[in-house]
Amino acid sequence: MTDAMKKEQILRMSGVNPLKCMRCGKCSATCPNYDEMEYHPHQFVYMVEKGELMPLLKSKSIYKCLTCFACVDRCPRGVEPAKLIEAVRLVATREAGANHMKPDDIPALLDEDLPQQAIVSALRKYTK
Amino acid sequence: MQRIGVFVCWCGTNIAGTVDVKAVAEALSHEPGVVFSTDYQYMCSQAGQDIIKNAIHEHKLTGVVVCSCSPRMHETTFRKTVAAAGLNPYMLEIANIREQCSWVHKEMPTGTAKAIILGKAAVAKVNLNAPLTPGETPVTKRALVIGGGIAGIQTALDIADAGFKVDIVEKQPTIGGKMAQLDKTFPTLDCAACILTPKMVDAGQHENIKIYSYSEVTDVKGFVGNFDVTIKKKARYVREDLCTGCGLCTEKCPQKKVPNEFNLGMDNRRAIYIPFAQAVPKIATIDPNWCTMLKTGKCGVCSKVCTAGAIDYNAKDEYIEEKYGAIVVATGYNPISMDQFDEFAYSQSKDVITSLELERLMNAAGPTGGTLLRPSDGEHPHTIVLVQCVGSRCSECGKGKEYCSKICCMYTAKHAMLIRDKYPDTEVYVFYIDVRTPGKNFDEFYRRAVEEYGVHYIKGMVGKVSPEGKKLKVQASDLLDNKQLHIDADLVVLAAAIEPDKSARPLATMLTASMDTNDFFTEAHPKLRPVESPTAGVFLSGTCQGPKDIPETVSQAGAAASKVIGLLVKDKLTGNPCVAHSDELMCNGCSSCEKVCPYGAITYIDKEFRMPDRTTRIRRVASVNPAVCQGCGACTVACPSGAMDLMGFKNSQIMAEVDAICK
Amino acid sequence: MQMNENYKPLIVAFCCNWCSYAGADLAGNNRLAYPADVKIIRVPCSCRVNPMFILRAFQRGADGVIICGCHPGDCHYTSGNYYTRRRMALLFSMLDYLGIERERTRVEWVSAAEGAKFAATMNDFAEKVVSLGENKRLEDLRCKK
Repeated sequence: MTDAMKKEQILRMSGVNPLKCMRCGKCSATCPNYDEMEYHPHQFVYMVEKGELMPLLKSKSIYKCLTCFACVDRCPRGVEPAKLIEAVRLVATREAGANHMKPDDIPALLDEDLPQQAIVSALRKYTK
Repeated sequence: MQRIGVFVCWCGTNIAGTVDVKAVAEALSHEPGVVFSTDYQYMCSQAGQDIIKNAIHEHKLTGVVVCSCSPRMHETTFRKTVAAAGLNPYMLEIANIREQCSWVHKEMPTGTAKAIILGKAAVAKVNLNAPLTPGETPVTKRALVIGGGIAGIQTALDIADAGFKVDIVEKQPTIGGKMAQLDKTFPTLDCAACILTPKMVDAGQHENIKIYSYSEVTDVKGFVGNFDVTIKKKARYVREDLCTGCGLCTEKCPQKKVPNEFNLGMDNRRAIYIPFAQAVPKIATIDPNWCTMLKTGKCGVCSKVCTAGAIDYNAKDEYIEEKYGAIVVATGYNPISMDQFDEFAYSQSKDVITSLELERLMNAAGPTGGTLLRPSDGEHPHTIVLVQCVGSRCSECGKGKEYCSKICCMYTAKHAMLIRDKYPDTEVYVFYIDVRTPGKNFDEFYRRAVEEYGVHYIKGMVGKVSPEGKKLKVQASDLLDNKQLHIDADLVVLAAAIEPDKSARPLATMLTASMDTNDFFTEAHPKLRPVESPTAGVFLSGTCQGPKDIPETVSQAGAAASKVIGLLVKDKLTGNPCVAHSDELMCNGCSSCEKVCPYGAITYIDKEFRMPDRTTRIRRVASVNPAVCQGCGACTVACPSGAMDLMGFKNSQIMAEVDAICK
Repeated sequence: MQMNENYKPLIVAFCCNWCSYAGADLAGNNRLAYPADVKIIRVPCSCRVNPMFILRAFQRGADGVIICGCHPGDCHYTSGNYYTRRRMALLFSMLDYLGIERERTRVEWVSAAEGAKFAATMNDFAEKVVSLGENKRLEDLRCKK
């Protein structure tokens, strides 16, 4: 998959339009886990827009994002950086290898105590 | 029967290149009513116009058809030509054979055929044309200015200096507006009060200006040149003719706990008050929400101390009706409410303030006497964070405004500079997204703040302000350094977005003036008519039209005044004669037309008609005010009896055009 | 219906003076060609177009009638084009009932700046009308001299 396709996929999955960003940096100003991250929320928006995805996909920052949505809440332009980071994370996970989960695996996992939603999201997350 | 002359223009080769002009002239000469037909290279030239004038005299023409370029181009030219030859200017029709024929078709036969048809349509129309005379209405030589801020004051002064009467309606007890609350003005740093108060005095003393303070406009009727306005003078419980403005009552009133709105609630005033020392008119006002006498009937201190006997607890709201020729809207702005911006802790800490509150804290007449002190404990702040774009450029946050408020960059630079100048031991941080300084000496001013005064400008935004003990923990981003900053601040100042005053929208409804989605008044043309509203006779001054700084406001105020003067010097207004007209004999008074008229130009009158048997009967019929009608024709289609018709575009005329085309 | 190679439709266009008529002028300024079969009648506002005019055009043998006005919200007279939209929706559905195909009638919003749109609209409309062929339904033969 080319970078351009990956960018397209990230934008489609997240529903984020990075062109709406006016580069105010309020997302990064709000971020409670800023110091833990190599790339910060505003950089995710900027770099995805430019199509510089490799550094992001390799970075640990995608797993450091708390998905607390503070940046989504505070962004004056409605860009929703956390959703974008989540999409980058998903692309990285999907890229990391083959399917980590197959629909066939599900029956064995079914359990009364396990919420069905968890299985659905696991399937979505670990299936190409 | 008309005697029509047809004049076909070559427009050099523009028309003649694709249209056989001779053939067109020849074909049209056989049309009914046509007695003369010719062609010429440039009809709009002096020689061409002379051909038309001579033909009118020679052939006693009653109607003229010019086959040439678009009527949007030369209709006025040719109307003047036929008028100069003694014909009614509305006996002229233009067949557009350039823009809509020769320029869009390439082959001579098609172009010629179409030009002939367009010419025939014009001839058919002229056959039914009738001379039209524009109506005239008198102009009331008095202007109304709504809003008494710097925009309103300047507009009123300019109109009054030209010799016309002006009334200012201001809802506060004094004129002055927001500018009266400011400390210094950018980029020259002159004191706002020093330049504003003389103007207020001028307005107060001008023989042509009358100020209705503590008043509101409640109703507007009429149209350009003839507005009927109702002004509500709110009861101020102090007689304006007797009060000398000595201020004794405002010192003796026992109700001391009223938040002082002039200082944005940062100190208290009495229930009877004069907003500030230089108020115009300098008359006390009783605040009925706080006055013990008005609420419980027990007190009366002010009445006892007033030597002029001006206190009148029984005062009632008064309604004044006045006629005006022109109305200027100068309703101004307010900073938006910061209550919803939780991240900046505005409602949690007294030490998070807006820029307008900072103006009062820095002002020598403000609650601290001009010493910058923290509102919470009165201590001197050492670290101050200024945040720009709070609520501005906020397209999807739901609590702000999408537009740039324009003035914040400059006043923030001013605040930073003034603080550093007065208190060099203070660290000032300014968080900005962009610094926008398009204005004379604006960028130099901003650079001075950075280079000479050492203000820390940081590209980034504040994400969170949390009060901890006596400090305000500010968490922000520094985008250029790619760092998150944590600053322990003593004072945080928010450059709040500005929005139009709440009174603007109901006023726009009264005036039938249009507004944009942000409640700013829209101008008649964004480039070429920036101070006029699309509604004739209504003009715009200052921030009611869009965010502006003081110099821009003053120049717009002057521009609005010049437009008003241009209107008021006229004794009569000539209208557009292409207006609707109702045939009273056919009208059945059903009100269909009245409902579709966007201008309220149609009213109903009871009129006496003579019946065939010599009796009279009174019937309700529609009557169009030609001064208000703009000639859209909506009513002509709505009329079920066919009584309503539009002059210059009569049903029969358009029908004749349709027939000529579909032959 | 038999199609004639050289069939030239007769199309009447009512254009509002402030937007579409200026748009047509702009199309001319930019030399954007559209069929000569389109003949424009200038009206002060699209709401001046009486349904009677359209019926008359069809009666006299027009093959298509198009009404052009300002974009919604941009009417020079604030609300005229809304009346047009409503009136024409009713008229066109009645014409449809009478057998005048929907493609023969149209309301379009063309601003003074949209010369290209004006030409494109007229090309498209003329093409549609040509594909429908001559209008015979409402044409009153008595009107043919």
